[in-house]
Amino acid sequence: MAKMKFMEAIRETIRQEMAADPFLFLIGEDVGKYGGERGVTGDLWYQFGDDRIRDTPISETAIIGCALGASMTGCRAIVEIPFNNFLGVCMDQIFNQAAKIRYMSGGQAQVRLVIRTTMGGYVGAAAHHSDCLASWFVHIPGIKVVVPSMPDDAAGLLRAALRDGNPVIFFEHHGLYYVVGDVPDDPDFVVPLGKARLIRKGSDCTVVATALQVHKSLEAAIRLAAEGIDIEIVDPRTLDPLDQETILASVAKTRHVVIVHEEWVTNGYGSEIAAIIADKGIHYLDGPIKRVGAKHVPIPFSPPLENYVLPQVDDIVRAVKAAIRNEEPKSRPPFEGA
Amino acid sequence: MIDSSYKGREMRLNMNMTDPRTVGLSKEELLSLYRMMLRIRRFEERVEQLYAHGKLPGFVHLYIGEEAIATGVCSVLRRNDFITSTHRGHGHIIARGGDLAKMMAELFGKSTGYCRGKGGSLHITDMSLGVLGANGIVAGGIPIAVGAAYGAAKIRHTDQVAVAFFGDGATNEGAFAEACNMASTWKLPMIFVCENNYYGVGTRLGRVAPTEDVTVRASGFLIPAVSVDGNDVLAVRTATIEALTRARANEGPTFIECKTWRHRGHFQGENPSYMYGKEHELWLARDPIRRFAEALLETGFATQEELDKIDSTIQEEINRAVEFAEMSPMPEPETALEDVYA
Repeated sequence: MAKMKFMEAIRETIRQEMAADPFLFLIGEDVGKYGGERGVTGDLWYQFGDDRIRDTPISETAIIGCALGASMTGCRAIVEIPFNNFLGVCMDQIFNQAAKIRYMSGGQAQVRLVIRTTMGGYVGAAAHHSDCLASWFVHIPGIKVVVPSMPDDAAGLLRAALRDGNPVIFFEHHGLYYVVGDVPDDPDFVVPLGKARLIRKGSDCTVVATALQVHKSLEAAIRLAAEGIDIEIVDPRTLDPLDQETILASVAKTRHVVIVHEEWVTNGYGSEIAAIIADKGIHYLDGPIKRVGAKHVPIPFSPPLENYVLPQVDDIVRAVKAAIRNEEPKSRPPFEGA
Repeated sequence: MIDSSYKGREMRLNMNMTDPRTVGLSKEELLSLYRMMLRIRRFEERVEQLYAHGKLPGFVHLYIGEEAIATGVCSVLRRNDFITSTHRGHGHIIARGGDLAKMMAELFGKSTGYCRGKGGSLHITDMSLGVLGANGIVAGGIPIAVGAAYGAAKIRHTDQVAVAFFGDGATNEGAFAEACNMASTWKLPMIFVCENNYYGVGTRLGRVAPTEDVTVRASGFLIPAVSVDGNDVLAVRTATIEALTRARANEGPTFIECKTWRHRGHFQGENPSYMYGKEHELWLARDPIRRFAEALLETGFATQEELDKIDSTIQEEINRAVEFAEMSPMPEPETALEDVYA
């Protein structure tokens, strides 16, 4: 074990995997000499050189295409897109090309491609640099979606993604980059895709949370505990594949559920998780499924505006109480308007 | 060979093609170019017929009239080189040595097709022949070809070359510009082959671009560009040889504009009257296959009997392909759920 920042866990995993496979390379804007826009790639360029830590023009479409073409012809590729908002300009190469080429070729193509990108708000970066867009990709078959919340998961999930042999999009919340945790030294340490993590055991309400919201949920847990409410926090870690089993088992135990993500609530992946719970676990529930996420506006710049729009610990606390308070209505109430 | 005299609608069409005696090819080599072009043509004609009879689902975009380009380019590629293809891709796959039976089966939506019935006409591909997909998105394959070239030159250290086929319409896409910049900056072993047939669906190139000379698009990225008669298989072949030499010598990409014309509309079922007129008639008279046949006959490389025999052999091959496709089973519906992930 080594104490490591989330960012370092990613960098060291890349270093180990690249050292082990000369056909693995990393490509993106400012990833080389500059060390990465967020500093994630750091000194890798000095170790691996221009060809394998490839600085690119600001051409997201060609970056994804370049990584994809190489990955289909015997290489493995990691792309870094510094802000997930920039995925909008290269969406075709991701959802029409990378995600579908294997299927459309009847299984002929193998795409060994990981797209790393940064997401998240809370720093006044406004609507072109603050979104969380994982929901877009959960909607598309053919690309796996990873949203780590802890340094060890970042390492283990990234390694699993690199070895997966499918296109994977890996969302790094910038607010987690300096979170420190224990990361196994084992160069084969893998966290399998599709396996949720029980972050906190509890008995009164399940909180399904991802990325930075896992940490906000932990804060909420402390405040709720002071009021005698004991929440269980489940981090799915990967959204496609999604560990329905662990989520449903937790809901069956606590009988209440709140889903928290920084993505917009409307059609966010929390809606899909809610639908799965309603479909397969409605009999376990003693209250409504509550969702917490961004309000349905572009993420604003000014701190009071942004704080109002993005989910806060208060919102999670309120949602848990609302989920629990609705316990077992004696008779079905009439519809009183949404 | 290089004719830069085309200026919009005032194009002067050269009726002569390269003299087969001047390119240093044997009779058998020349006949194999003829055979390949004719194989593409006959395949497409049969597809046209089957489609008209309602035997094939989906869309079909025919390559008829453009056969010299795929044939000329692919005739000088190595087995392990790469290409990316387009929605009008049948010719590229055939020119790479694609299996007509598996192609036909795919067009029928059969389980024995190249893509197990998941791709269809626009997406027939054979990765074992280095075909990295035929693409339904205009310019979608060009960045992928950049990646194949990057992987070969910078990561795997081989001398493989990647060829991106695309139409004139793709030169107006951002993906094309980004790919040109990258390939040129890193001197990647790549060939940009623009099949300029002057129409993006139903809109004339000159109506949506400041010039119909697409080579100027490459010049801005310092990519050497040549313009060739795309209906002259020998001219296409010669230009490709030069480009391959540059690519394998690490001198970077080349842009080859192949001026050509569709004999059919953008897709089958469309009314291509927007193309009709004197220009259309001139281009039909410049049919790449008939011209080449005439050149071979005039120069004594072939007799009419030899050419007829090639034709009948191809017809038999296509009959067998159709028979294979018709006899093949439809896919089991549940196989729709396979092949999403490795």
